Amino acid sequence: MADIRSLHDAVGDLIHDGDTVALEGFTHLIPFAAAHEIIRQGITGLTLVRMTPDVVYDQLIGAGAARKLVFSWGGNPGVGSLHRFRDAVENGWPRPLELDEHSHAGMANRYVAGASRLPFAVLRGYRGSGIPGRTDTVATVTCPFTGEELAAVAALNPDVTVIHAQQADRGGNVQLWGLTGVQKEAVLAARRVLVTVEEIVDGALEPRPGSVVLPGWVIDAVAEVPGGAHPSYAAGYSVRDNDFYQEWDAVSRDRDTFARWLDDNVRKATR
Amino acid sequence: MEINAARALTGAHSCFVGIGLPSTAANLARRTVNPDLVLVYESGTIGSRPTRLPLSIGDGELADTADAVVSVPEMFNYWLQGGRIDVGFLGAAQLDRFANINTTVVDRGPDRPEGRLPGAGGAPEIAANCGEVLIVLRHTRRNLVPALDFVTTLGHGTGPGDRAALGMRGAGPTAVITDLGILRPHPDTAELELTTLHPGATVEQAREATGWDLRVAEGLTVTEAPTEAELSALRALKGAGRRAA
Repeated sequence: MADIRSLHDAVGDLIHDGDTVALEGFTHLIPFAAAHEIIRQGITGLTLVRMTPDVVYDQLIGAGAARKLVFSWGGNPGVGSLHRFRDAVENGWPRPLELDEHSHAGMANRYVAGASRLPFAVLRGYRGSGIPGRTDTVATVTCPFTGEELAAVAALNPDVTVIHAQQADRGGNVQLWGLTGVQKEAVLAARRVLVTVEEIVDGALEPRPGSVVLPGWVIDAVAEVPGGAHPSYAAGYSVRDNDFYQEWDAVSRDRDTFARWLDDNVRKATR
Repeated sequence: MEINAARALTGAHSCFVGIGLPSTAANLARRTVNPDLVLVYESGTIGSRPTRLPLSIGDGELADTADAVVSVPEMFNYWLQGGRIDVGFLGAAQLDRFANINTTVVDRGPDRPEGRLPGAGGAPEIAANCGEVLIVLRHTRRNLVPALDFVTTLGHGTGPGDRAALGMRGAGPTAVITDLGILRPHPDTAELELTTLHPGATVEQAREATGWDLRVAEGLTVTEAPTEAELSALRALKGAGRRAA
């Protein structure tokens, strides 16, 4: 049974220095508020996992929370570069960032293997790409039935997965819908799970077509954080704040401007 | 460039769409040459009919207007790897003469760290699994290079037979659409050559903007000028996108 906690207490209890942490959400339902709480608590040395380390990881990396990034596409979608990510990789600011780099198909299958508690997943991937030469988590296996050579990707089992969802009930059962991305796999692959939600409802969750339901017994903590995905969004509750993503380009380009933004909007803010 | 990229989708059934120029082109195609085109975005949407240009592949508009929304593992394993998508539509930071793509890192010379690009995203498997691949990018020496600094996504490798030897499905890149013209792989060598010029562009201009010795196809053609309908559809699409953003 998941405990209903405050965001502050849940992050403090579940996420520790040096952990491997996945904050997932494929554009939709990105747990920004939880990331900001990680920054406020000064948790550091994290290996951050995410298919699309967009603005949320730009903020965590720029704040100095990360030592390593496991990912497949690092940009500000539709806008351009992630400047804090690039500064860390190219110049080691505020600290060097180690990379373990994949394709989307590879990352998705790493989570599938993790959720299935298998050591690896197979896919017809990475052919002709230089990516396997830069990571030790892609190899090849031979199909025992056809003899075909396939890519093998190592399972991803984060210490902690954090996602944002629309609703939970008082028992900590969670329901999310819309673009559900890779969240289910990232949750089931993790050792500990924190879910922030738009709303905790009384009584039973109302079933939605195509939704993902995660029972409370696969989740450690649920925190009610309305708007916790902003500037990302929660279908049915909010829309994506495209202006924020476009404005982030200017905020993140300069180290001092970024540091001021972080102080004003995250470090001095309270939830 | 967007209009010619949209025209390249005439007759396609389904298109796996990257964000940016490919998304503009695919949405324009649905409003002009191919109203029935099934747009597939890697965020999980199949059959999206957005009324404006999405800023991101995960804009709610894409999910709200889709025939189906699937999870990301399902998208990559069942739909893409399953061989169910006709055309993959990609952008590129660097492209070589065999239409191999780099979106990972660029070499900025000795004593300087590698320049960081976004990375692979869905591209390696899009290029490996779709029936064919279209690429759209601006025609500059920085983009069309003699040798890639890194191979993120295989196009035609080093020539004919490379894709087949790797067991890759589909025809690979069949057209590279730039702001000056269209390059297509030569049937015998798989090397990209200039097959079409856009109105106003010259062969010299295209060669000057290409990092290798660009060959020109026999029977070089000139693109038909954009129609008023195409231009107004493009303006409407971009105008709506700006207002919504």
